[in-house]
Amino acid sequence: MTNSPTTPGIVAGRLAPQAIAENFADIAPDFDPHEAAVAADRCYFCYDAPCVAACPTEIDIPLFIRQIQTGQPEAAGQTILDQNILGGMCARVCPTETLCEGECVREAAEGKPVEIGRLQRYATDRLMANDGHPYRRAAPTGRRVAVVGAGPAGLACAHRLAMHGHDVTVFDAREKPGGLNEYGIAAYKTVGGFAQAEVDWLLKIGGIELRHGQALGRDVTLDGLRNDHDAVFLGMGLAGVNALGVEGEAREGARDAVDFIAELRQSDDLTKLPVGRHVVVIGGGMTAVDAAVQSRLLGAEDVSMVYRRARDRMSASEHEIDHAATAGVRIITNAQPVAVHGNGAVREVEFAYTRDNGKGGLESTGETFRLKADQVFKAIGQSLEGAPDGLTVERGKITVTGPGRTGLDGVWAGGDCAAGGEDLTVTAVAQGRDAAEDIHARLSA
Amino acid sequence: MANLASDFAGIKSPNPFWLASAPPTDKEYNVTRAFKAGWGGVVWKTLGFDPHIVNVNGPRYGVVHGADRRVLGINNIELITDRPLDVNLREIKQVKRDWPDRAMVVSLMVPCEEEAWKRILPMVEETGADGVELNFGCPHGMSERGMGAAVGQVPEYVEMVARWCKANTRMPVIVKLTPNVTDIRHSARAAFKGGADAVSLINTVNSITGVDLDLMAPEPTIDGKGTHGGYCGPAVRPIALNMVAEIARDPETAGKPVSAIGGIGTWRDAAEFLALGASNTQVCTAAMTYGFGIIKEMTAGLSRWMDEKGYERVSDVVARAVPNVTDWQHLNLNYVTKARIDQDACIQCGRCYAACEDTSHQAIAMTEDRRFEVIDAECVACNLCVNVCPVEDCITMERLPAGTVDPRTGKTVEPGYANWTTHPNNPMAKAAE
Ligand SMILES: Cc1cc2nc3c(=O)[nH]c(=O)nc-3n(C[C@H](O)[C@H](O)[C@H](O)COP(=O)(O)OP(=O)(O)OC[C@H]3O[C@@H](n4cnc5c(N)ncnc54)[C@H](O)[C@@H]3O)c2cc1C
Ligand SMILES: Cc1cc2nc3c(=O)[nH]c(=O)nc-3n(C[C@H](O)[C@H](O)[C@H](O)COP(=O)(O)O)c2cc1C
Ligand code: SF4
Repeated sequence: MTNSPTTPGIVAGRLAPQAIAENFADIAPDFDPHEAAVAADRCYFCYDAPCVAACPTEIDIPLFIRQIQTGQPEAAGQTILDQNILGGMCARVCPTETLCEGECVREAAEGKPVEIGRLQRYATDRLMANDGHPYRRAAPTGRRVAVVGAGPAGLACAHRLAMHGHDVTVFDAREKPGGLNEYGIAAYKTVGGFAQAEVDWLLKIGGIELRHGQALGRDVTLDGLRNDHDAVFLGMGLAGVNALGVEGEAREGARDAVDFIAELRQSDDLTKLPVGRHVVVIGGGMTAVDAAVQSRLLGAEDVSMVYRRARDRMSASEHEIDHAATAGVRIITNAQPVAVHGNGAVREVEFAYTRDNGKGGLESTGETFRLKADQVFKAIGQSLEGAPDGLTVERGKITVTGPGRTGLDGVWAGGDCAAGGEDLTVTAVAQGRDAAEDIHARLSA
Repeated sequence: MANLASDFAGIKSPNPFWLASAPPTDKEYNVTRAFKAGWGGVVWKTLGFDPHIVNVNGPRYGVVHGADRRVLGINNIELITDRPLDVNLREIKQVKRDWPDRAMVVSLMVPCEEEAWKRILPMVEETGADGVELNFGCPHGMSERGMGAAVGQVPEYVEMVARWCKANTRMPVIVKLTPNVTDIRHSARAAFKGGADAVSLINTVNSITGVDLDLMAPEPTIDGKGTHGGYCGPAVRPIALNMVAEIARDPETAGKPVSAIGGIGTWRDAAEFLALGASNTQVCTAAMTYGFGIIKEMTAGLSRWMDEKGYERVSDVVARAVPNVTDWQHLNLNYVTKARIDQDACIQCGRCYAACEDTSHQAIAMTEDRRFEVIDAECVACNLCVNVCPVEDCITMERLPAGTVDPRTGKTVEPGYANWTTHPNNPMAKAAE
């Protein structure tokens, strides 16, 4: 190996292959049966359990944990998947500390919740390994539904519709299905090709045709889809990326964090993935955390994550931020970028300290500082791109009412592209599922 | 999908899980909630004549907790229903009308006179209930008045009352047995001799759950005094399992309908009782501890397990294990096992060592670096280390194949089967043919 964390520029192989493999190993490995039994035993089987209310898909958590206790992890898996067909992915990626586990009464009692996420993985992994695909399609209805986007929202919608006997065609712009499960989520949360394995497993229901390389607005139009189908569900996520709007942001070495992450997720040899020596990540959400942490794990010497407001305003959870800090990411708050400096390629990023302007906005304190940077990742948010005409878009999201109904008759939307809920995998699943039920009700009427 | 539908002594229910006669089945409100949750049937809280009894107004339950305050056993000094008879009858009628597919059995306890039973049975019949259960089990309070266990402990009374009831109603009669007897078979035989259609067991076990060492009084304590109560919950399950099995393998009662009660809370508990000869199950403490929601795990779990094993209906499971319940004298003495410790699973707590070294056969060696190893020359295969090990499957029992030498006895393990009845040390041994 010739490169090291201190090799200048953006280079691959900063760490030995062994170190990279360890860094990107499963962050929360599957429980063994003994660990699962001990963890499951801690559940109190609460009445009207707060954890259930905190889960956007409302999985019956006490029930599934009791099923693990009684030696039937596959039954537990079924309980989970009945509510959340991507329960396997959610078990890995949900910020449980702000969802189910955050509400666990043992969190209140002991500061140590029941490990719901890991128990969920224990159950779903076993069901998927031992039971195959447990759902059967209802008798065919002859109804056709188009789903745009094969991310969590689109897949959850498609599966539920297929289960009700409708014929579903999923159009996705990318080469692979899964949406951000495949291109976005941090690599160490979903190792071993789980995202594709889960999609393959989900499609076993039958009745879902996947068309990749088909972008709405480029290859197909909403009008076309509406003409050919009885209903349309839009789950195309947020394909656009917000720009910093500062001088020099197009310099070589500055790029969107989501592109870097997608490249990382698609790499089959992380020792060949280049990363800067000095990395600066701009943003305070999950994307920023993931770009920063994974840069460190690839061997960047120093990584700073800079957010313009205070720490408690970051959209990444406390747990994620701690994770970044533990990975050696320096977290700087109350600073916003002013310019990206360099001579062709990026050399430094200049920031100004900020404070609350008392009107809900920010103002510069006038004080500035510069961070060395070979590589800059922009992670200040994704945006809705190419929403078809005729839909109402408010604050960057498609307006919906109830279970994902848009203003257009026969068109539903859910997931990141639609208003309502947090931008999380589990929220997308819930919205896709609920829209499917609403579509089904409409088509059955 | 396995069919969970149950036909118990002619009483039909969508699944074999009923709620036992107790507070969960005390009134319309609870029972309706239970049926909504999915319970297959109920045995209504025991009715008696007016003036209705009264309960204590202080605590009526005591508890035994396991680690993490897990409820292992509850003891109660509650009596039968403390509501007027006509209120109960009206509610029973209403619930049966609202939930015709669920089993509605009415538990009864009236004085030990035929007139009393003759009077109450038609009132129950009029509600449309599916059957009656005779409460001969309540071990406290009511027994002081010559009812409950005071009847159940005398087989002649059990038979007599069962006969009166059969003579005075067309409804199936279930006799609920008390475990507070030396040989449950006598009670069961008496019930069936009296014509009962089925028995259910167990009612609660006489007990004191604890003593308040400041008040120097048993718990639950009512104004400085306490009384023995009835114990139930997971702690009594082993007692109930044995009693159910005893009835199932008694030639006089084998094959008769038995409703199992005692510490049931999961599909597995229920399946074990079915395997030992029960054809349905009743639940009280588990519902009182966790609420009616546990029924979902029970039905889904039983159905999944039956599918896995290829059992299509509940009756396919019933009594499957009964042929394997035998007497000690028939156990195979050529079955020689040794404990085996999985070193990868071992967490080095040393509990197996303490147990074996102090109280068993000094058959576990401990090294300085806390490695625990079984000494085959000492191990009698008692299973204590397996039982006290906190890690499931870390210590297991491995059978020595025939032909190998057991280092403890120096004898070659014989193939085939040989039991105590032919053993040379048995003075009564019959010569082997
Ligand atoms: C870096 C990163 C990390 C994240 N980490 C987590 C996490 O740990 N936990 C968590 O809960 N959430 C996380 N999220 C959020 C989560 O991934 C999203 O909320 C979720 O994927 C939204 O699902 P979706 O189906 O709405 O959209 P997406 O997953 O974005 O899927 C949309 C799909 O639509 C396709 N598409 C887009 N435009 C078109 C078009 N015009 N025509 C056809 N197809 C189109 C895309 O190719 C894609 O497959 C993370 C997000 C990012 C960016
Ligand atoms: C508070 C309480 C009250 C009970 N009351 C009755 C009763 O009125 N009639 C009866 O037959 N059994 C009664 N029982 C006994 C239960 O029906 C059941 O037989 C016993 O609790 C064992 O089952 P379990 O371990 O599931 O609780 C009562 C039990 C409890 C805990
Ligand atoms: S459970 Fe508690 S609140 Fe309810 S009646 Fe009993 S003592 Fe009172």
